[in-house]
Amino acid sequence: MSGVRLMWRKSLNVLMLTLTGVAALVVVSVLFMILGYLLWNGGKSLNLGFFTQLPKPVGETGGGMANAIVGSLKLLALAALLGLPIGLMAGVYLAEFGGKTFSFVTRYTTDLLNGVPSIVIGIFAYTLAVLPVKHFSAFAGGFALGIMVIPITVRSTEEFLRAVPGNLREGAMALGASKWRTIATVVLPAAKGGIITGMLLALARVAGETAPLLFTAFNNRYWSPGWGQPTASLPVMIYTYAVAPYDDWHRQAWAAGLVLLALVLVANVGTRLALSRGGAARGV
Amino acid sequence: MASASQSREPITAKPTSKLRTTAATSTVSGKETPVRFQISNLDFFYGPKQAIFGMSLNIPVNKVTAIIGPSGCGKSTFLRTLNRMNDTIRNARFSGNILLDGQDILGMDVVGLRRRVGMVFQRPNPFPKSIYDNVAYGLRINGYKGRLSDLVEHSLRRAALWDEVKDYLHKSAFALSGGQQQRLCIARALAVDPEVLLLDEPCSALDPVTTAKIEELMFQLKDSCTMAIVTHNMQQAARASDFTAFMLDGKLIEHNETSKLFTTPSDPRTEAYITGRFG
Repeated sequence: MSGVRLMWRKSLNVLMLTLTGVAALVVVSVLFMILGYLLWNGGKSLNLGFFTQLPKPVGETGGGMANAIVGSLKLLALAALLGLPIGLMAGVYLAEFGGKTFSFVTRYTTDLLNGVPSIVIGIFAYTLAVLPVKHFSAFAGGFALGIMVIPITVRSTEEFLRAVPGNLREGAMALGASKWRTIATVVLPAAKGGIITGMLLALARVAGETAPLLFTAFNNRYWSPGWGQPTASLPVMIYTYAVAPYDDWHRQAWAAGLVLLALVLVANVGTRLALSRGGAARGV
Repeated sequence: MASASQSREPITAKPTSKLRTTAATSTVSGKETPVRFQISNLDFFYGPKQAIFGMSLNIPVNKVTAIIGPSGCGKSTFLRTLNRMNDTIRNARFSGNILLDGQDILGMDVVGLRRRVGMVFQRPNPFPKSIYDNVAYGLRINGYKGRLSDLVEHSLRRAALWDEVKDYLHKSAFALSGGQQQRLCIARALAVDPEVLLLDEPCSALDPVTTAKIEELMFQLKDSCTMAIVTHNMQQAARASDFTAFMLDGKLIEHNETSKLFTTPSDPRTEAYITGRFG
């Protein structure tokens, strides 16, 4: 009897270990499959010209997406400028100051905002930033992406601030620091690594957004001077090139996908490395 | 005022010594002692729950006053009331008078109060900064304009930590051992030259050797600093304090010179507690 039970327990153990292990393996392999596929297909059409040249007209081979790379960076800069400060400060409010009811409402709204489909954010930005001026612009695209950055930044900032031990706050206040001084000089520095990582993840997340850009930043086959003109971006380029019926464009789309993913991965891994090294030196 | 005949009353001539005048004296067990903190009829509430009941106590100048009692008796609450750390707790309030050098602490700017009344916590809580920046923190936020490094060194020396860290001042405070971190926290508190140092179970997370160091440090600091220490460790109270207050269920049961309280307690509950029959 007990032998049977033992066998059953052991095999159940093995079964569950296998199931969870396989699931973990799937998670890991999905990323590597995407990466491999992109490298295989995109690597073939990736050359220096891709980074330095403008798109060529249909039928001509070669050309690049320099304008889309710069465009994506411009849109991300705008999104960061709009979304990160608001997200950071709202996160500080929620973690350090918030009253009960208003905090609850804010937190709940933030989660809802995070769940709003990106295309709806696009329509919203279109109504506010495109319709009044009657043309697409980098501003409108950055506005749409900035809105998407806010909720992610708020929640990650709040989480990391809450993880800062309360006795650090007490230590600072016992030395006569005001609440704001405590937050600025002790709490935020202690949570700095996590908060910055959260911000970069938020930017990386919106770097690949296509839908909110389709009718805000739109697209552009040429350089877009300034911030008030329609602007090319890597995700919209990928979309446009992938659905076009030309093999050459498909290859360009693969290359653009590879560049976009590489940008996001490098930013991500780079930040983590820099922060963990800096953190180790400071002992955080 | 303080009588000049007090042999253990070294009011040092420091720049801040004008703050150190005492406004009251008290008589604990017959001897007259100048008083730093004068607490009368203190009632403390967390929302509807009362934590301290009608407590009156004088904390004498440049002496160590130990506050002992079982867990939850209100010792820490009492200590944290003295520098108004409880202000940050929602719904916490108190009634009664707490006078620091004759001045009501409620009438003071809380920043100024905490500069004069430093605090060391149960668990060492160095900031995630360098050793130097930890000590300099209080000076910087108080807008100190002089040479920081002199005062940092002076504070670390007072906390008996200088020799151990002088070559590592710009290393992270987290690289220090627990006992060193606690002495760093004491140095940090001393840097702003407080008149009073509140110690909330400062040794409960430390081993006996380190505890001995902290106690020795307290003994040295008595020259220039009034201390109140909350402790669970009765031997520590007996060794390190001049006066001891015994609290039970939010009430002050007995307050006397340490030697008397531990040898001839006047209340049977004090006797029961110090002989280990409860708590």
